[in-house]
Amino acid sequence: MTEPLLCELSVKGRIGFRFPDSDVPSSPLPNELLREELPLPEMYEPDVIRHFTRLSQLNHAIDIGFYPLGSCTMKYNPKINEEVARLPGFSAVHPLQPIETVQGSLALMYELQEWLKEIGDFAGVTLQPAAGAQGELTGVLMIRAYHESRSDEKRTKILIPDSAHGTNPATSAMSGMQVVELKSDDRGNVDLEALRAKCDDTLAGLMLTNPNTLGLFDENVEKVIQMVHEAGGLVYGDGANLNALLGIVRPGELGFDVLHYNLHKTFSTPHGGGGPGSGPVGVSERLVDFLPGPLVGILEEADEENPPLYGFVYPPKSIGRVKAFHGHFSMMVRAYAYMRMHGKEGLRKISDYAVLNANYLRARLKDHYFIPYDRICMHEFVAEGRWADAPDIHALDIAKRLMDYGFHPPTNYFPLIVHEALMIEPTETESKQTLDAFADAMIKIAEEARAEPETLKTAPHNTPVGRVDEVRAAKELVLCCRVASLE
Amino acid sequence: MYFPHTPAEEEAMLRQIGVQSLEDLFQDVPASHRFPDLNLPPALTEMEVMEEMQELASANDTTRDLICFLGAGAYNHYIPAAVDSILRRGEFYTAYTPYQPEISQGTLQAIFDYQSIITALTGMDVSNASHYDGATAVAEAVSMAYAHFRGKRNKVVMSPAVHPHYRQTVHTYHHGSDIAIVGEDTDLQAGTQALFPLIDSQTALVVVQYPDFFGRVFNLSPLAETAHAAGALLAVSVNPIALGLFKTPGEFGADIVTGEGQPLGIPLAFGGPYLGIFATRKEYVRKMAGRLVGESVDNRGQRAYVLTLTAREQHIRREKATSNICTNQGLMALAATVYTSLLGKHGLRQLSELCYHKAHYAAKQLASIPGYDLWSKAPFFHEFVLRCPAPVSEINEHLLEYDILGGYDLGQDYPELKNHMLIAVTELNTKDEIDYLAAALSEVSND
Repeated sequence: MTEPLLCELSVKGRIGFRFPDSDVPSSPLPNELLREELPLPEMYEPDVIRHFTRLSQLNHAIDIGFYPLGSCTMKYNPKINEEVARLPGFSAVHPLQPIETVQGSLALMYELQEWLKEIGDFAGVTLQPAAGAQGELTGVLMIRAYHESRSDEKRTKILIPDSAHGTNPATSAMSGMQVVELKSDDRGNVDLEALRAKCDDTLAGLMLTNPNTLGLFDENVEKVIQMVHEAGGLVYGDGANLNALLGIVRPGELGFDVLHYNLHKTFSTPHGGGGPGSGPVGVSERLVDFLPGPLVGILEEADEENPPLYGFVYPPKSIGRVKAFHGHFSMMVRAYAYMRMHGKEGLRKISDYAVLNANYLRARLKDHYFIPYDRICMHEFVAEGRWADAPDIHALDIAKRLMDYGFHPPTNYFPLIVHEALMIEPTETESKQTLDAFADAMIKIAEEARAEPETLKTAPHNTPVGRVDEVRAAKELVLCCRVASLE
Repeated sequence: MYFPHTPAEEEAMLRQIGVQSLEDLFQDVPASHRFPDLNLPPALTEMEVMEEMQELASANDTTRDLICFLGAGAYNHYIPAAVDSILRRGEFYTAYTPYQPEISQGTLQAIFDYQSIITALTGMDVSNASHYDGATAVAEAVSMAYAHFRGKRNKVVMSPAVHPHYRQTVHTYHHGSDIAIVGEDTDLQAGTQALFPLIDSQTALVVVQYPDFFGRVFNLSPLAETAHAAGALLAVSVNPIALGLFKTPGEFGADIVTGEGQPLGIPLAFGGPYLGIFATRKEYVRKMAGRLVGESVDNRGQRAYVLTLTAREQHIRREKATSNICTNQGLMALAATVYTSLLGKHGLRQLSELCYHKAHYAAKQLASIPGYDLWSKAPFFHEFVLRCPAPVSEINEHLLEYDILGGYDLGQDYPELKNHMLIAVTELNTKDEIDYLAAALSEVSND
């Protein structure tokens, strides 16, 4: 059954919401500036609620089932997060209120900055970036500003391993840097010889995802960072995969100069169907002065009678702000609650179990799917979705068939260095029963690929819609619907 | 709790993997840095967390405790109950980006509904699925215009009456590129006319805000004509609530419309998450960054929705993409969609008129207090600049004693507007509150 669009549900004259009548005398309207038409839907509340409720039922979501989307860390989002973010003391506060009236918000942000510093071993943290990609932009802009401040302007080259997320090269290009790709060796690590060849006085930095998108912890990470530092470059850490490292290792100790955290991955704030995220950035001592402002600081220390006075501070060589106001505050509230629920021991457990679950699935699947870099993985691993004796079957067919078994498919066709990649990240919140059910389905699909390939090619079969014609969408470009209210 | 494994299960899983202990899984991590002892507080129970969070929250004064006349880019509006009831559906908020359309039609169709609402509001042909906020949307508009002219035009004319945070964000994004940003030092009173002489054959984009940062509403047709005559594009940053009443940027001839979608049913929440609106004309759709949903059919012949023109985006184009945006503001776009469909054409018009009339009543009352005056005589929407007899910070301290959250201190960003306050009035402000504000302000003038 197809759910109508809002524009098709509109009936002329219907009212969905009424405001109180005006209690002030009217002022003349500037007629020459007024719009003549306002072609918005005319609906009433029950239809609005039913429309969006029915739409929601067409989605897969973490609250419905397993969502092993590699590099996306689709862990369970605790309900307490949602409750606390909606406390009026947090949700009904204007971002430009005098600091004396928002000490609760500022204290929370200050603590969160401190905890993220501790987790990553960094000297400073900004909470301002809106998402991981904006955290990357913030990081690369700081690296650029650092070299500029030393009048070392020929450093414009950013090295990016071939296994990196697409945001890494896009970010570097957006920051006016020149992107140079770096290949991986046959164990999935950065190729040290290739790196050595590119370490010269034009090197601005290296963007490194560790664990990388193959789910592997780079065995030479300290050597890699040392080589970049010796050549005068800085090292950016893509924190998309930080879920493997909480209480396991601190990126700052390994020598990373800057790293973004994804609160919407590692710290359980929901993905919201594509956002909002939150991408705080941590930096080593030499970059603290370049952080985007404002940061939250202590303006007056606590004394015997008073708590500290929190307020905003501006780093002396700040790259400037990367968005309006102070970042995605309600995501910070959720992440704060999540950290309080877990505490020091719980954070370590997150990574222990994320890595345990990934390795368990890898062990259960390795006799059925080719795993190109088959060693102990971190929080995710990559399998190939192809077999010599099932030549017509692609990763896409496996992904679509998984939906029939009630699972969201893994990330497919990424990373680009693996053929027919299926990138699987189970996260720590999944039980052995769920992992077994998923492994069983994957193994069944591997059998189906040989016995009844058509079932895979035409999958999914029991989803709300089947495979969608993407070519037609791009060709016809129907991108909105105009209201033609029913009389 | 959120961890599932019993000791027996953990044991069985380790055995399947072929290792003895959890520690064995981390052999690749350099031993000298493995398992640091983090200096973090211990875990709490949910009851304790709730108590701690309530305590922190109660250390804030909210816009419910105070009478709010503060706007400057974030506005205190009523949010109908239906909005959050939809946002709380786990099917929406615990889903990822809809890369698999067969099991993401809910999110995809909601984005399509959102795109329909934004194009109707702005008078544009296409809208993307959102940017982070009003500030980054302007920065992306600059990138888009620069890419559109393939770097051959490197000048951006930006009005000083664009929100200071937005302008700062544009500078951060484009520092170090060869884009020259001009116009921010032009006469504030002059409106858009002051920008005309700056627009030339090197200009890629002209950027204004509508209503502008000072609340004023100008006819943008002459500006659009001047920009187009020079071959440049015009970007207009909007407050969507104003578009319930005023002409659309599309009618004036704008090429790009950006905006802050927070007023459409999104809580103030100390600054975010909000919603970056981004819309343009059909001929520029391939130059636009961000996700886009298109209509199509599935292999069963049903109407279906899917992410389209993805070849523009970073995960395909990598370093050739014009933007690195990936995660956007999906759930906030849903909030705006539910809000706007509930209000509909009648509700939004009623709301924008209420804001207009209450703000005009307030302006009249406040300007009649001795020592106070309106800075501009231009038409305005729901925000206006009040010239004050004392520093705004002092006045606001005084107002706070009356539980009033005063307006924005413009002297922070505009030295020439020292002692000028930007006051916002919405449907939530009653006549009594406005009169109360006037009474409190009159005490300052009498000091």
